[in-house]
Amino acid sequence: MTVSLVLVVVMGALVACGVYLLLERSLTRVVLGFLLIGNGVNLLILIMGGPAGFAPIYDETIDPAAYNDPLPQALILTAIVITLAVSSFLLALIYRSWRLANADDVADDADDVALREGSVTMPLEEVAPDEGDTDFPVEATR
Amino acid sequence: MMATLVPLVVLVPLLAAALTLVLGRRARPQRIVAALALTTVLGISVALLIGVDTGGTVVVEAANWGLLGIVLVVDRLSALMLVVSSLVLLAVLVFSIGQGLADGDDETPVSIYYPTYLILTTGVMVAFIAGDLFNLYVGFEILLVASYVLITLGGTRSRIRAGITYVIVSLLSSILFLAAIGMVYGALGTVNLAQVAERVQELPLDVQILLHVMLLVAFGIKAAVFPLSFWLPDSYPSAPAPVTAAFAGLLTKIGVYAIIRLETVIFPTPELNPALMVVALLTMVVGALGAVAQADIKRILSFTLVSHIGYMILGVALGTVAGTAAAIYYIVHHIVVQTTLFLAAGLVEREAGSTSITRIGGLLASAPLVAVLFFLPALNLGGIPPFSGFIGKLGLFQATAVQGDALAYALIGGGALVSLLTLYALVRVWNLVFWRPADDVEGDETRLLRSVEEAPDAPVTTETRTTPRLMTLSTAGMVVVGLALTIFAGPLYAVADRAAGDLDGPAAYIAVVLGTEGELPPASAGEGPP
Repeated sequence: MTVSLVLVVVMGALVACGVYLLLERSLTRVVLGFLLIGNGVNLLILIMGGPAGFAPIYDETIDPAAYNDPLPQALILTAIVITLAVSSFLLALIYRSWRLANADDVADDADDVALREGSVTMPLEEVAPDEGDTDFPVEATR
Repeated sequence: MMATLVPLVVLVPLLAAALTLVLGRRARPQRIVAALALTTVLGISVALLIGVDTGGTVVVEAANWGLLGIVLVVDRLSALMLVVSSLVLLAVLVFSIGQGLADGDDETPVSIYYPTYLILTTGVMVAFIAGDLFNLYVGFEILLVASYVLITLGGTRSRIRAGITYVIVSLLSSILFLAAIGMVYGALGTVNLAQVAERVQELPLDVQILLHVMLLVAFGIKAAVFPLSFWLPDSYPSAPAPVTAAFAGLLTKIGVYAIIRLETVIFPTPELNPALMVVALLTMVVGALGAVAQADIKRILSFTLVSHIGYMILGVALGTVAGTAAAIYYIVHHIVVQTTLFLAAGLVEREAGSTSITRIGGLLASAPLVAVLFFLPALNLGGIPPFSGFIGKLGLFQATAVQGDALAYALIGGGALVSLLTLYALVRVWNLVFWRPADDVEGDETRLLRSVEEAPDAPVTTETRTTPRLMTLSTAGMVVVGLALTIFAGPLYAVADRAAGDLDGPAAYIAVVLGTEGELPPASAGEGPP
């Protein structure tokens, strides 16, 4: 199977950048990383479909081997839809997290911190009211 | 007849999800639709199990597209999983209906809970009957997206924090799975499980191992196998009690189910089995040690969940029919028992207002029924002899002993040790939460309580919450199911044995999926032209 070198390089670059961003603690970068890896993997599936060919619309005069393989494209289409839905959910989640904590970070687990610090009893309960419960903040964004 | 039933296990919950979404803010019809849909799914699953067990595997090619399209395969393993998961989903639904009724859902309904729960059901069903890798991926995505919504339900700070970890880790595993599917397609030109199984032996060994490891890592994250299990105890405990119960029972087991399919149908080769056995041992031990160190019931249970995944992986890693059969029985046992324990933890939370074992006590006196409902599945999970946990572990150890090398005996020793550690962790919960008199509880002081004490003029009101009968009833129902696993262990183990017999190498699976076109009458698989 011969594949386009350009596509392979682009895929590699997308995945590499995606991995780098996913390892960040900032949630916005994590989303960007997820989008890059998602597109990189979609390219991978496209590459796996073999070399480019004619659009797979049946025509008697065309040799079957000259068509492009339509199945990977159908798979990519499904994957794109799923990525779209998941990334919109992720954005909503991150927005909510930012409204609650005013930070764009992956927060530490309170129980983990308690265990690490060796205190047997669990941390005190959060009694701070949720600041981000309203859609119309009284205070401007900090 | 059987072939028409197969798509229904997916369609019924999906249509019911749409209906409950339309019913939006009217809680009562939503509840009725959801409960009816899940009861129907349970009925269909039981019919499928009986049909498949007597009549053999059912293969449905959706819309007569043949192997190019979506192929649904229900063999004994799938059917058994369908029955157990729909039973558990129904019990958890009843539990959450009870909780919702008591908390005044009628006035302020969470309108998305029931639709999302039904979509989760759809995803679970799709994953169990998928006959090709991509459909399995779609099933995973359906249930994962639903689980993202359920785990962050309400959007409080702790749930959002836990949800973010969960979502990102799940996304990573999905992407790995998708990349693996792409590579499988590139190597073999198909994603149909039977065709993959047929062709994979022609690949060079290194390519086989590469594909094998990629799929194994993707499924391993979902199943929470040791080095990939870090996310689970972080994210599960903060979700609402019924959601955690459903997740703990089902979601990880779907990963284990996928691993069983992978190890028996696609790669029945022994190259990775020793590695899997080591991973199984580590999963068991690390999970159990984590459980011992925790001070919150839900977190203890989450760690025991991780630890007991190790037993199932051990059964799969043996690569024998006896091992697979024991793993299948253990999955059934563990789905039921782990869900029951989380439901019981939900009852404890309801009674005591907390799940921290350092802060509650005396529940045996104040809520004896909850104590019984916790005690029985706890003994069961710990593997005390008459219960199904013991039968499952015994089956696993027997199958392991057949292998007879040092690693096998290390695993048996580790398994027995972990069983004791599980028992220790759960007995610790029992002693502190139930047995200890309420007066002995120390350090029962929160910032809120202190602020009340510092303001002695503030009026103190006492609020009592009753535990709705429906919650207790569904938990009791699950405890009874757990006991039934012991009483009917003979027939159940026999079914597991036959299911494992189907999975003895890919030959049977390939024959039934690829060879059916001539044999099966095309009666109901979609009569019209495509």
